[in-house]
Amino acid sequence: MTATANLATRLEGVLGAHHVVAAEEALLTYAVDGVMPAVIVRPASALEVAETVRFAIAEKLAILACGSRSKMDIGMPPTRYDIAMDTTAQHEIAHFDADDLTLSVDPGIPLRKLEGILAEKHQFLPLAVPCYEGSTAGGAIASGIDSVLRQQYGTARDFLIGAEFVDGKGNLCRSGGRVVKNVTGYDLHKLLIGSLGTLGVITRLNFRTFPLPQSSGGHVVAFTSAENALAHRESLENSGLPLANLEVLSPEVTTMVTAILRRGGAEVPASLEGSGWLVYVSYEGNPAIIRRISDHLERAARANDALRSEVLEGAADENLGGMLREAFEWLRWAAPGVLLFRIVLGKITSGDLGELTRAAEAASLRATLLLRAAGIAYVAILAEDEEEDTLEQFEKIVADVCMRVSARSGHSTLLHAPEGLKSRVNVWGPERADLGLMRRVKLAFDPQNIFAPGRFVGGL
Amino acid sequence: MDEDPVANPMASSLLRELTALLGSSNVLHKTDDLLLYEFDGSVEKGRPDVVVFPQTTEEVADIVKLAAKHRVPVVGRGAGTGLSGGALARGGGVMIVFARMNRILELDIPNRRAVVQPGVVNLDITRAVEHAGLFFAPDPSSQKACTIGGNVAENAGGPHTLAYGITTNHVTALELVLPDGEIVCVGSKFGDAAGYDLCGLFVGSEGTLALVTQVTVKLSRKTEAMKTLLAIFDAVEGASQTVVEITARGITPAACEMMDGWTLCAVEDYIHAGFPRDSAAVLLLEVEGLRETVEAQAAAIDEVCRKHGAREVRLARDDRERDLLWKGRKNAFGAMGRLAPSNYVLDGVIPRSKLPQTLQRIQEIGKKYGFSIGNIFHAGDGNLHPIVLYDPRDAKQFEKAIAASEEIIRYCVEVGGTLTGEHGVGMEKNELMPLLFSDGDFDLMRRIHDAFNPDSSLNPGKIFPLSKGCGEIRVRREAASARQRG
Repeated sequence: MTATANLATRLEGVLGAHHVVAAEEALLTYAVDGVMPAVIVRPASALEVAETVRFAIAEKLAILACGSRSKMDIGMPPTRYDIAMDTTAQHEIAHFDADDLTLSVDPGIPLRKLEGILAEKHQFLPLAVPCYEGSTAGGAIASGIDSVLRQQYGTARDFLIGAEFVDGKGNLCRSGGRVVKNVTGYDLHKLLIGSLGTLGVITRLNFRTFPLPQSSGGHVVAFTSAENALAHRESLENSGLPLANLEVLSPEVTTMVTAILRRGGAEVPASLEGSGWLVYVSYEGNPAIIRRISDHLERAARANDALRSEVLEGAADENLGGMLREAFEWLRWAAPGVLLFRIVLGKITSGDLGELTRAAEAASLRATLLLRAAGIAYVAILAEDEEEDTLEQFEKIVADVCMRVSARSGHSTLLHAPEGLKSRVNVWGPERADLGLMRRVKLAFDPQNIFAPGRFVGGL
Repeated sequence: MDEDPVANPMASSLLRELTALLGSSNVLHKTDDLLLYEFDGSVEKGRPDVVVFPQTTEEVADIVKLAAKHRVPVVGRGAGTGLSGGALARGGGVMIVFARMNRILELDIPNRRAVVQPGVVNLDITRAVEHAGLFFAPDPSSQKACTIGGNVAENAGGPHTLAYGITTNHVTALELVLPDGEIVCVGSKFGDAAGYDLCGLFVGSEGTLALVTQVTVKLSRKTEAMKTLLAIFDAVEGASQTVVEITARGITPAACEMMDGWTLCAVEDYIHAGFPRDSAAVLLLEVEGLRETVEAQAAAIDEVCRKHGAREVRLARDDRERDLLWKGRKNAFGAMGRLAPSNYVLDGVIPRSKLPQTLQRIQEIGKKYGFSIGNIFHAGDGNLHPIVLYDPRDAKQFEKAIAASEEIIRYCVEVGGTLTGEHGVGMEKNELMPLLFSDGDFDLMRRIHDAFNPDSSLNPGKIFPLSKGCGEIRVRREAASARQRG
């Protein structure tokens, strides 16, 4: 059986006292869906990570690795949770070949710090993830959360070129490398993306970086109907114009954004007034390209019967773009009870939008929609409480949405749900045909099931 | 096995069962028929005992089950254009050739996806969708012949992967047949489903985990403008410094290829593409995107080239000129065949900032071993293809060619690079894997391998080193002596 007694003392023997914390108030801040660890460790190196993992293997203890802990409510609660492994003491840049546009970093490096260092060389990493302030590179990768720049730069699997991690045998392993093109060995680092720490503890991440754009611009258009907003979106997708970000906001989301911008004292673009369906686009390039794209956007807005449209520059664009990057964060706290779906559906029509919100509307709950690039929709269902009646309604809505999305060969997951609901629904959506293969992968990486047990798809 | 094909270890009952399953027109087993399948595009060799041509996924599953019953290994093969022995039957057994599973099953233009069988030829995907302004981005030089199944197995690249990424960046779902005959789908049409990125694992696993029977690929949109430039240099150093500066300045061409003078002459004699025979090196560069982007990038590239001593920067005036330049590039390896009986093409990758010193080192290594080593490669992403010309009938020369190649690869690793950028490890570089990976790495890779292919019945003898110790060339010595005998 798990022996947690004197765990902190014994771990101090492995790592030294200053890397181990067991105070009750600290442990509370590492709880995941109400489940608390017995101890927190803050290893300062990959070797210390490996030592801790070997200790955990010997003692049959479960480890959850974390960065800034801003997205720990993604996934299921852990079935066992002994050691919280905080990676933020590993926060340096290990290697930066600016002339090769490649970079190796520790997992705990804050994205904001990394941004500053890269900017000195006019480069950046397109990991524009929510809870950006404080978020670490390791957390952004392990959580698999969407970056708003994916329309132009793709997802992490397109620019993560290698990784080092400690596997479930306590070995320090590597996959990929530090070059932009590489097919040597299995691409194990891709498996780490979005794996919620269930395969190993990341100790190093290698990325290709990108040149900072010369300049950028934004454009926001309001429409009275979802049909017009989607027609506008489609015309832009078919235009061949390189867009960094392309999002469609339902009127409720527009209202939320307006309120948050106001609260923060930021200027609210005129197009947001009146709460229509909104299409926001950002784009990058030299001044000639910026001019050409904004002209095109204005023409397209008129052609699609826009209510209002405006070009955003400088701070106005940064504020709105930054707000949309944070959508996951404010949607999950938008009401006392929130269900936040992430749905992948390919081409989305206004009919699909009606389908996705039908069950919520039948239950007289507010449904908000945010369509992101690449056929991804965030659907938040808002309730005034998390009482049993609400949870029952949520349960029905989850079943309904999953059924409708599956029928369209799409996928739905819950990015956020009330703690009490997680024992009643599968936040990862319907069981997948390839779950058996995922089990084999988990078993190969983590034969003793010590990493974040129960958090992932299919109870992995 | 090579000398005595009659001593075929294949149980005659398996042959009978395969013939009953597929019909005799879909089964080859006579020595003469098998010869073609003994080679691929590499210097390696391995003869299957029987070659079969399934037409459905179910047939593939049944073949695999039969082979498992008879404890005979199975290897998948597309067009056999691979460059690392990935599709060779190293341990004999059943070779499944996917040439007759060559249908495009679905074109979803609005979602920019195609669902294809593994035997579909790479370029045929683009041909099927170009009317809609779309194309399939990975473009290996063999794209007129190579198949998507092989591309997936090897995670194939090509000149334009600099801007578009390699095969793995363009595959969203796979249908697989596991070594026990189970049929399973991984990934999803639109991509991005929650769960482990199994697609990312299986693409590039070189046929060692499963056989691919269906592939869903992304289709890319053609850009509105494109310019192709040929920059001509009197010194290799100028060309390589140009690549370093283009990279460092964040100019991202769609393609950035380098050919040295030695290679150029061979290509020019063969293709007549208009390459200058008296230059030390050329860069073939392509920029794509909006008209404004293309104008700005072409001007910036022109400036960098001239700064580093380009004596001329030519712009392809029309599609015909562009096609001719690319024809020269893509047929370069064929042109090498005119210079020596055989050649050995390397595939090392280096950080782009290390390009000048690496090219210098390659020349030194060539001198040391007494070879002229040509260079024709994807300079923009640091993916080198040094070509060592040799005569395979001369065992000493072959060994020297291998030794020179290994020294080059070791250097690539020393400067922070890797063994292979797009050709795969296969049975060509598996003994070099310890240069990059530790025992712990191999232990995990082996566990992943065994999770899907526990008996090594699928494509045995690939990726993992067979011998202990770094860079042993035991296997290649065997290959050399086999070649002498043959």
